[in-house]
Amino acid sequence: MTDLDTFRTETRAWLAENCPPEMRKPVRSEDDVCWGGRQFTPSTPAQKEWLDAMAAKGWTVPDWPKAYGGGGLTPAETKVLREEMAAIKARNPLNSFGISMLGPALLKYGTEEQKLDHLTKIARGEIRWCQGYSEPNAGSDLAGLATSAEDKGDHYLVNGQKVWTSYADKADWIFCLVRTDKTSKQGGISFVLFDMASPGVTTKPILLISGNSPFCETFFDNVKVPKVNRVYEENKGWDVAKYLLGHEREMISGMGLASSGGNPLIDGAIATVGLDHNGRLADPLLRASIALFEVRAKAFGAMSERFIDELKAGKAHPAQPSMMKYYGTELNKGRYELMMAAGGSDALEWDSDRSRGGAIPRSWLRTKANSIEGGTSEIQLNIIAKRILELPA
Amino acid sequence: MPLYLDDDQTVLQDTIRDFVAEHAPVSHMRALRDADDATGFSRDLWKQFAEMGFTGILIGEDQGGLGLGHVEAGVVLEEIGRNLSPSPFLSTAVAAVAALKGTGQAERWFPGIIAGETIAALAIDEGAKHRDIVAMTAERSGNGFKLTGAKRFVTHGHTADLIIVAARTGGSADDTDGITLFAVPKDAAGLTANAERLADSSLAARLEFDGVAVDADAVIGEVDAGRTPLDRLLRAGRTGASAELLGVGGGAMDMTIGYMKERKQFGTLIGSFQALQHRAAHLYSEMEVARAAVLKAQQLLDQGSERADEAVSVAKAMTALATTLSVQEGIQMHGGIGMTDEYDIGFYMKRARVLAEMFGDANFHADRLAVAAGY
Repeated sequence: MTDLDTFRTETRAWLAENCPPEMRKPVRSEDDVCWGGRQFTPSTPAQKEWLDAMAAKGWTVPDWPKAYGGGGLTPAETKVLREEMAAIKARNPLNSFGISMLGPALLKYGTEEQKLDHLTKIARGEIRWCQGYSEPNAGSDLAGLATSAEDKGDHYLVNGQKVWTSYADKADWIFCLVRTDKTSKQGGISFVLFDMASPGVTTKPILLISGNSPFCETFFDNVKVPKVNRVYEENKGWDVAKYLLGHEREMISGMGLASSGGNPLIDGAIATVGLDHNGRLADPLLRASIALFEVRAKAFGAMSERFIDELKAGKAHPAQPSMMKYYGTELNKGRYELMMAAGGSDALEWDSDRSRGGAIPRSWLRTKANSIEGGTSEIQLNIIAKRILELPA
Repeated sequence: MPLYLDDDQTVLQDTIRDFVAEHAPVSHMRALRDADDATGFSRDLWKQFAEMGFTGILIGEDQGGLGLGHVEAGVVLEEIGRNLSPSPFLSTAVAAVAALKGTGQAERWFPGIIAGETIAALAIDEGAKHRDIVAMTAERSGNGFKLTGAKRFVTHGHTADLIIVAARTGGSADDTDGITLFAVPKDAAGLTANAERLADSSLAARLEFDGVAVDADAVIGEVDAGRTPLDRLLRAGRTGASAELLGVGGGAMDMTIGYMKERKQFGTLIGSFQALQHRAAHLYSEMEVARAAVLKAQQLLDQGSERADEAVSVAKAMTALATTLSVQEGIQMHGGIGMTDEYDIGFYMKRARVLAEMFGDANFHADRLAVAAGY
């Protein structure tokens, strides 16, 4: 037996013992998702038990170094862990922008103090992070941001407004892009971290077409940010931001993957239109649409695996996250269009118990943001054209 | 196993890429077509393939082959696709070898295949669309069987030395079981082959079996249990065709992107137009996703995984969709020159269409996935 086989056997046994049965069922609503943070109250004891067990192993962030709360696993071991979790349909113990976005940036650009402080708290789910990037006049043209950070010696005085700040009202800390030099567009930006409880920070949820408010407007009025909270050099925050955006795109692209455990699209279609005497979906055009969609969805599943493997091995093109983001989000929009078509009038119910509070229609509307947030599909296509295909300007 | 080529596979890729580009570029195919060549491929080139060992790529080292897998066979096929090289590699070294492997027929046919002397053809389709239907009958007669029926879309069927035939020894046409696979030599009495030139200028035969007598030892595997070697053949053939499609789609895309960087209209390079950049970037995305699907199928096949069959259908359907887009965009973005026989891009469209049809098109494989998923 190789070391990896031994690791697999041990991991399987550990998961069997430590993953509560309730945590092996598909996520049914936002309440089932664990985001951690100071405001977090577990919806069930099992949710907390699962988070604690995984965090104690460092397996909320299996490939981070142990010194920062990670599991210290190799890429191959991380893949085995992921496969074994998928095999028992184990839920993600912790969803976190700290893990998927800030963490990788801190690992690359943070000081030792910043890593020891922030990464360990992220790994344990103690601090929930939000991202302060977009502004009312800096969306796709992100480098045009205006939020200012004035040098006051040991600290910056931050003033301005951010928008589309995901879960800002539920977050404890923010990683934020601020302007420290007005004379250079990309070269005048710094990357800072601060507590959302700091005096001068206010947030206001934005009501969306889904009826939910996952995004906020965030206002900064003379917020004091200690300079030790700046990541990397002053005026070089764009380097950190770009690196982090790659990881954000990687995370969002995961939305193109079907969730584990059953296939809601197929199950939903069967429940609504039924099967004919040959065991085929009774609506042949809907069946054909779903089947051709599934080809792309499954192929994208393989692409995601390839992308992660190449990323870990340093073989992925630096702009490849743009391709993943583009394809994954367009795919997810397609999935939800089909979910709505398959669901018929059931899928139109907005608040009913039957529809779990309108879970499908609200999610369908939410997916429309996928190809806008984190850089629009058109921005991703520009990046692929210029940086991968090297087409002329 | 990570989902990218390892170092050995990358070395093989470099070797085969140079070899095919030098010895069998698109001009090689064009020359065969212009000469109205009746064989459909170059026997000399096939001999060179044999000398390099590629004819025995999937055959075990103990039997004189290279003992490699479907990933490596796919590396070869992708370059064949990229250069539109006419070759019996897919039918002979991949699909036929997969069918014969582990059966009593292996010893008889493998040495000829390895030596580059034996060309194999696959007589499995009976209708104009690939379906899971075998109507041809194999009646017991004396010590052996008599084959009666017709097959079509048999690539190299008129020149092959060995024809692998799926026939029915029990049940009715659309039954899964009751099939027996036979290894039929080309000179069998009562067998006629009529070759037709296809749109891509390759040759495929319609075969008529008029009570063709074969010995009992022509059976591949077991009587009535031909489903097993036939499934091996189909999985290998579908995966191989996917890899070749990847080469065709990738070759067309590379030509198109190259053209976008040199062709000027309105005084500027057409590659600078955002309308075209976005379509090129979308095409790139589709091809990358298809590439991942193919490698996944190859790896699962090499591992003997039970998930291989699904991955094979995903790969065949996805490569057909992505490559179809690639050749369509290729012609459109080339403009008028793309419609001329003189320019190569049109050949890519023709070859893509033939390969998309081979072993089941995208709809066939999407349907298979749906049935397997219970809807």
